[in-house]
Amino acid sequence: MAPALVWLTALMVVPCALVLALAFFRRGIYGGIEYTFTLENFGLVFDPLYAGIFLNSARIAGTAALIAVVIGYAAAYAIAAAPRRLQPVFLFFAVLPFWSNYLIRTYAWIVLLNREGLITQLLRWFGYTGEQPSMLYTEGAVIAGLVYNYLPFVILACYAPLSRLNPELAEASRDLGASALTTFRRVILPLTVPGIAAGAVFVFVLSIGNFVTPALLGGGRFQMIGNLVYDQFLTANDWPFGAALAMALIAIMLLVLMAQALAADRASGRAAEAKGDADG
Amino acid sequence: MSEPRTLLAIDHVSKNFGRVTAVDGISLDIRENEFFALLGPSGCGKTTLLRMLAGFETPSDGRILLDGRDIARTPPNKRPVNLMFQSYALFPHMSVRANVSYGLEMERLPASEIRSRVDAILATTELVAFADRKPEQLSGGQKQRVALARALVKRPRLLLLDEPLGALDKKLRGAMQLELKRLQHEVGITFVIVTHDQEESLVMADRMAVLRDGKLLQCDTPHTIYEHPADRFVADFIGVMNFVPGKAATDGVMAGNGTRIAGKVPASLSPGASAVASVRPERIRLFPSDETANRTTGTVEALAYHGLDLQLHVRSALSPKPFLVRVTADAADRRPVSSGDQVELGWDAADVRIFAE
Repeated sequence: MAPALVWLTALMVVPCALVLALAFFRRGIYGGIEYTFTLENFGLVFDPLYAGIFLNSARIAGTAALIAVVIGYAAAYAIAAAPRRLQPVFLFFAVLPFWSNYLIRTYAWIVLLNREGLITQLLRWFGYTGEQPSMLYTEGAVIAGLVYNYLPFVILACYAPLSRLNPELAEASRDLGASALTTFRRVILPLTVPGIAAGAVFVFVLSIGNFVTPALLGGGRFQMIGNLVYDQFLTANDWPFGAALAMALIAIMLLVLMAQALAADRASGRAAEAKGDADG
Repeated sequence: MSEPRTLLAIDHVSKNFGRVTAVDGISLDIRENEFFALLGPSGCGKTTLLRMLAGFETPSDGRILLDGRDIARTPPNKRPVNLMFQSYALFPHMSVRANVSYGLEMERLPASEIRSRVDAILATTELVAFADRKPEQLSGGQKQRVALARALVKRPRLLLLDEPLGALDKKLRGAMQLELKRLQHEVGITFVIVTHDQEESLVMADRMAVLRDGKLLQCDTPHTIYEHPADRFVADFIGVMNFVPGKAATDGVMAGNGTRIAGKVPASLSPGASAVASVRPERIRLFPSDETANRTTGTVEALAYHGLDLQLHVRSALSPKPFLVRVTADAADRRPVSSGDQVELGWDAADVRIFAE
């Protein structure tokens, strides 16, 4: 316990406290820090220009989370429906890209989406002769990059409740007269919501603060909060404002995580029961 | 009583899983309003057969006729058949009332009718007080009643029950056996129960089928199956049986020590073939009269008092296994025996059943 506490204090609490403190100071004229107390930085966060970037980031992260959940849930469902002995194999392949570097995986998308990239070549090979599609440096490219990078988390998060679900529950629903679709909507989906929520929150929280993917796949044209914070610290040299933005970002993430934890806590009774029935 | 009408006809049904044949050409009829039991050891194919009746498996061959209509390929949500799962499979995120209403909602019945039918079945199954509880807040017996109510409220033509009492403790099981029979009479629905417990099917079933290795061995009333088992396996599986191995003769079986056990030899057994003579423990008398057709002496090895009767293990030269003899408490009082005593055993030729070994 004690070593963990030291670890947490040194690497989490202290740095966060330093950044938080920084946010209450003024920016020096030549980029330094002027140690006089102010709330201006936080006021500036709500400036329409920056608030707009926050909203835009939330929208992109939300879209990425939604798409990742749809794809990830479908993949997890297919894996959970496969023969038991094959499931670990499929899971291994689903998580495999995760073992390579995040940057390399993102660069791979540049190769794919480039004007003369693999997708264009593939289209040409099928006889496409029109204009080269511009896919790179679009919002779509950023979302694709985010979805791709965080998909394994979603698959794992959705697989857990799906694999624990007693298959007789779906059979009971069918037996009582429900179609396959109704069975999914009324039995399978409600009992696996905790996994969906965990996966979605994960993608959202990691995406909203991401700055590598928007920089590489968005080409700097699509600024997200992460890029804004990065710029304040490294380009604009406005550390106090950067700190205030970072704090606002952390606050949003904490709120989302707390809401999810609260909802999961209420749902855990149900999940435990679903599992108990499967064991019984 | 009116002439029993066939409700469900299982017609040469087989099911293969790859190279494994789980059900092998079974044909049997289930009658309207009867309590029917599918009995057999685990792996005999009874669960696969039940799942084909429910619609979760499709027969590889054969027909399943419900009221004369082949339902072998009808999906489970389109047949008037309901299954009570062994695990009960109650929806954990729904209250007892929501669980029971679910099947009626699927029929798109008006809300008022759903409400009144659910209220009625909750009253029948004594669950009114638990209507708003979640399954996790119920005991095993209560969960079982919810599972039963959820299936019964649909008023199926046929109710399938997969080891319905398997998860209950022994005392509760006895009470629920009678309860299930009472309910079946009350609702007038045909019940098909799957069980590996021969005692359970003897107590509950009007008729029963004994299965082994995917094949039907015998289908009849519990009384007929108990008194006239079709073969050695059925004789051994249902109730308790004493076996004397030997060779078939014209009017009995010659035991290994040269003693002849008198009894009716089935026509299929040619003289000299390996055979086994069998007799139920309650048909054996202690200290028989001189006219008794079959007699032997032995040593009492063990006694077990069961309240109503006394069970003795008697070692005899006739059989490698000790004879199990069941004596009424009255008879035991009149002529007490104790461990180590020499006793004479006797039984009538009419009580002997002879099978191929």
